[in-house]
Amino acid sequence: MADNQEPAITEDFLSAALKTRLNAIHVEVTDMSGGCGASFTSLIVSPDFVGKNSLKRHRLVNAALKEEIARIHAWSAKCQTPDEYAKEKAATGGNDGPPMDGTNAEGKVEGVAE
Amino acid sequence: MLTRTLFSRQLFAAASRPAVAPKAASAFRPVLFYQNRFLSDATRQAIDKAVASAPVVLFMKGTPETPQCGFSRASIQVLGLQGVDPNKFAAFNVLEDQELRQGIKEYSDWPTIPQLYIDKEFVGGCDIIVSMHQNGELAKLLEEKDVLVKGEEGAAEEQASEKKE
Repeated sequence: MADNQEPAITEDFLSAALKTRLNAIHVEVTDMSGGCGASFTSLIVSPDFVGKNSLKRHRLVNAALKEEIARIHAWSAKCQTPDEYAKEKAATGGNDGPPMDGTNAEGKVEGVAE
Repeated sequence: MLTRTLFSRQLFAAASRPAVAPKAASAFRPVLFYQNRFLSDATRQAIDKAVASAPVVLFMKGTPETPQCGFSRASIQVLGLQGVDPNKFAAFNVLEDQELRQGIKEYSDWPTIPQLYIDKEFVGGCDIIVSMHQNGELAKLLEEKDVLVKGEEGAAEEQASEKKE
């Protein structure tokens, strides 16, 4: 932790980090920052999620992205196994994506800044 | 739905001194620098009480009537849709109390707000709440814990029996 600049947190950065740290086979990260500050939502598909309930999956993600999440304001995730992803894609006709709950019509989170 | 503000004033003031990071190790409590210093014993106890104050507890930004963040709003909406009994529900506004806001993240080991507790167990944030709502897990859990408004359950049963016929 010397004098290097911390990398900027972007959709690409988070996506790459998730692929590396969680063996994710498919990742979508969407910036939904609004008045609240930097906010990202994600869809993460990884075999690491098999056999884990929703909370455990999220905790796995939180642990993998601990430093990054600490630096942004809000973070949402949908964590699916490869099977679940395939099923949902079929069911929704390819419209599976990061959860957009809590966002407004433009896909941004509104809220009070810190 | 009631917002309990007891956390930020009475309960907390009575229960604690302000949390101050100890500068030096004492014989009884070594300072662990890599640990976050925000969660003092007093804060932990105050949060214990908050978590136990009702069967369903939501730590949120703003109040149920005026949420101050899209995620908190969505979470409150889901709980409303599910028919949670207001008498079995408590909401805590983290924007009113910085120690709560930081402390709850340490306490739950969860980085964001809102945070839902059911029967003193951490359930998750907005994304988990919504996905459990969509797949029926939340309804099941709330029924198991008997925290729904009674009328709602009756209505659901009537609908179910109508469909069968």
